[in-house]
Amino acid sequence: MSEWWTYRLEDFLLFSPRVYWRMFELANAASWPLHLLTLAAGLAIVLLVLRRPRRHGLWIALVLAAFFAFVGWSFLWNRYAVIDWAIAYVAPVFGLQAPLLAFGGARGSLAFNRRDIAGRLGLLIAVAGLVVYPLLPPLFGRPWASAEVFGIAPDPTAIVALGVLLAASGGPVPLLFAIPLLWLLISGLTLHAMGDPQAWLPLLAAATTAAALALRRIAR
Amino acid sequence: MIITRRTFVKAAAASGAALVLSAAAPGAPPAPVMRAVPSSGEMLPAVGLGTWITFNVGDDPVLRDECAEVMAAFFAAGGRMIDSSPMYGSSQPVIGYGLEKLSRPEALFSAEKVWISSAADGPAQIEQSRRFWGVPRFDLVQVHNLVAWETHLETLFAMKAVGQIRYVGITTSEGRRHDLFEQIMSAHPLDFVQLTYNVVDRGAEERLLPLAAERGMGVIVNRPFRQGALTRQLQGEALPDWAAVIGAKTWAQFILKFIVSHPSVTVAIPATTRVDHVRENLMAATGPLPDAAMRERMAAYVRDL
Ligand SMILES: NC(=O)c1ccc[n+]([C@@H]2O[C@H](COP(=O)([O-])OP(=O)(O)OC[C@H]3O[C@@H](n4cnc5c(N)ncnc54)[C@H](OP(=O)(O)O)[C@@H]3O)[C@@H](O)[C@H]2O)c1
Repeated sequence: MSEWWTYRLEDFLLFSPRVYWRMFELANAASWPLHLLTLAAGLAIVLLVLRRPRRHGLWIALVLAAFFAFVGWSFLWNRYAVIDWAIAYVAPVFGLQAPLLAFGGARGSLAFNRRDIAGRLGLLIAVAGLVVYPLLPPLFGRPWASAEVFGIAPDPTAIVALGVLLAASGGPVPLLFAIPLLWLLISGLTLHAMGDPQAWLPLLAAATTAAALALRRIAR
Repeated sequence: MIITRRTFVKAAAASGAALVLSAAAPGAPPAPVMRAVPSSGEMLPAVGLGTWITFNVGDDPVLRDECAEVMAAFFAAGGRMIDSSPMYGSSQPVIGYGLEKLSRPEALFSAEKVWISSAADGPAQIEQSRRFWGVPRFDLVQVHNLVAWETHLETLFAMKAVGQIRYVGITTSEGRRHDLFEQIMSAHPLDFVQLTYNVVDRGAEERLLPLAAERGMGVIVNRPFRQGALTRQLQGEALPDWAAVIGAKTWAQFILKFIVSHPSVTVAIPATTRVDHVRENLMAATGPLPDAAMRERMAAYVRDL
């Protein structure tokens, strides 16, 4: 791009906040009552991490994989990409997390067995993504109908994934952080460009995850 | 012409309609001031409609209908030029939806852009845009932000030669690449140039606006309100008393009157999501317009706020 230094973040924003948040309202209306299932599945993931029954790694990976594929296709590709052509390039990358997770789970190398500080913080992040995220709308003066729910909307899906991954060990784990982190960065910057007060939340989730990973490295 | 019964009935119906129209005229909004396209003499109302962000509403049925209502009010107030680009997300299909809903208004002057770095893909992109609008051909196609401009211009002039489009143009905004813009204007027989110009962004006055007049090119003015930042900023300030002299009732009208009164300007294309704003914007092109001295007074007033 020529004279790129004259462009601000806002110059890349193609839609208004109203259109953005109505996109969640429409997605929620179209997928209700799937929310009950996705939230139950999210809670089941947390329980599996806490209890660690046999083959829990496979189950957690498969459930997360299913939601990454679903959100990538139904929300990012079918809705978001319609108002932002750049998302047409991002949606497949988001969806790529699904085969990565499934592959990691199927190889039997994933275990959600870390209980160090980073691992515990991770569980806290996951629960926040599941429970706190859908409760945000009234705090930011939006209608309930625009709630972001794990398994339906990308931000809480990425946050829950990062949280439980912090408690994970095994083969491809380091690789699995990349896509959700990248997504939260994109989402946070988009909200920031929109002037939305919620912008710091996805950025905070990403930063906390990165800090927890760094802490773990230092501790080693 | 041989007058058959059918053409007679048609003509009678048309003159009847004209009678009804003129009877309704006192209540109807006054017609906007018209400007000639320098290369053809075709007359265009001096205020058009932009679609960046405002018309990118995706598949949202409620917002699509709101956009169609803005378009309906635009045409009802005498508007013609609607400007869009493949860069504007879903704006093109949303325009197509509105045009279809309004039974394809004949007044439409379609201003599109080609915006793709691979020049070979230009024709396919223009064709895709045309399908989105659902028009037989575009009136104007502009090279958006000078992207791959050399080859796109060749394509556009070739399309114009065979009647696939009527006019050719280039665009820039916010003062970017004015040097190259000027070179292209000097070297190519463009029908239109599109650039940013308003009461606070007056860079174009130095070279581009005079050059457009000299070369006989129409000027389309984008970002009249700095994407709304200017109108928001002025919201809290009182309009000067003398704004009444030029018939400006709001800051938006004050700014638009400043823009369209520049002798080189053909059309300003404010974007809006609101029916009341589109009416207000078209009203700005009616009534008195400022002369050169008044324009300086307007710019000084805003500068000193
Ligand atoms: N390089 C390029 O080719 C290029 C670059 C920029 C723009 N453009 C074209 O130029 C068009 C106009 O530029 P723009 O959309 O960036 O910005 P703009 O027209 O300067 O401003 C649009 C904003 O002004 C507000 N507005 C409109 N009428 C108003 C009124 N009467 N009173 C108060 N506020 C009013 C609208 O809000 P409401 O919805 O609340 O009315 C909207 O947010 C674009 O839509 C696009 O078609 C082309």
